[in-house]
Amino acid sequence: MPELEGIAAPPLLNGELDFEAPWQGRVSVIASALSDAGCFPWADFQSSLIRTIAAHEAKTDQPYRYYDHFLEALLSLLAQKQIVGEGELQSLAEMLKQLPPGRDHAHDHDHDHDHPAH
Amino acid sequence: MTSPSDPELRARALEALLIGKGLITEAAIDDRITLFNQRVGPMNGSRVVARAWADAAFKAELLLDATAAIAPYQFVGGQVDKLVVVENTPEVHNVVVCTLCSCYPLAVMGLPPKWYKDPAYRSRVVREPREVLAEFGLMLNPDREVRVWDSSAEVRYMVLPMMPQRLAAADEATRIAAIHRDALIGVVEV
Repeated sequence: MPELEGIAAPPLLNGELDFEAPWQGRVSVIASALSDAGCFPWADFQSSLIRTIAAHEAKTDQPYRYYDHFLEALLSLLAQKQIVGEGELQSLAEMLKQLPPGRDHAHDHDHDHDHPAH
Repeated sequence: MTSPSDPELRARALEALLIGKGLITEAAIDDRITLFNQRVGPMNGSRVVARAWADAAFKAELLLDATAAIAPYQFVGGQVDKLVVVENTPEVHNVVVCTLCSCYPLAVMGLPPKWYKDPAYRSRVVREPREVLAEFGLMLNPDREVRVWDSSAEVRYMVLPMMPQRLAAADEATRIAAIHRDALIGVVEV
C-alpha cells in the first residue's frame, strides 16, 4: 500500500493540506463555501460524492483519483441545482485550454488585488 | 473539447464561472485555504484529548456527548454536528474509517490525509484491521480487541488515545504536541 508511506511524518506536519495540486484545495474550499452560502446542504454534496465514487468503483479500468471524483460530484450537484451548467463549463474550460501560459484569468479583475499595468 | 480527464481545467473554469456569477470571490477562496492551514486542524483534536487526559469530568462529558463537550471551544471547520469520541483502553483499540467516501470531523482533525480516502484503506481496515495497523507500525497484542468505526455524513468519530507513561509528568503543551493526527484516527498510538 504505497499510499501509507509518509504516515510517520512528525507532528509539526499536523494539519498540512494534503493536496497533490492547488486546484484540489481550491475546489474543496469552493464546495464548503457554496454550502455555507446556502447553495446546497452539505448532505446533498456528500450524497453526490458517494454516488460518484461508487460509480467509479463499479469500474476497474480507471485509476482512482479522489479529487477528480470530488470535482465531478460538485459539478453534478451544481448542474442539478442549475447553478453551473455543463455546457458553459465545457466552453470555458476549452477557452482556458487555448490560452497561452500565464494568461489564466478568465474572470474580471475584481478580486481584491491589484495587477500591474499591462 | 476538453474531456472530464481535464479536471484542472474544469476546476479553473468552475471557479471563474462562480466568481462571474457573484457566488464566490477569489479572496474568499484564499481566505478559506489560509483558515484550513492555520486554524483548523488536528491541533484542535489534540487539545481536546490533552484536556480529557487531565480532566476526568471533561473526559466523561466527551465520551457521553462529544459535540456538546467541544461546543465551548467554537472550533471552526464544521462537520462535528454529531461527533462521537471512542476511548482506547488496554483492552480495546479503536480505529476510524469512512467506507463510503471520506467523512471526517474537520473541526477537530483538520483535512483528512490522503491515505484515509484511499479505497485500499477504506476496504482493508474493515476486513483486516490488525494487518493494516501493522503496516502503520502499530502491532497490537492479540488479546486486545480492535473496534472499527465507520464515519458517515451523520456520525463522525474521533479516537481518544491512551496517555503514554512518558507524558505523565509533561505539561499540557508538550502533551498536545505529542498527539499526532493519526492517533486521533487510531492508526497509531501516542
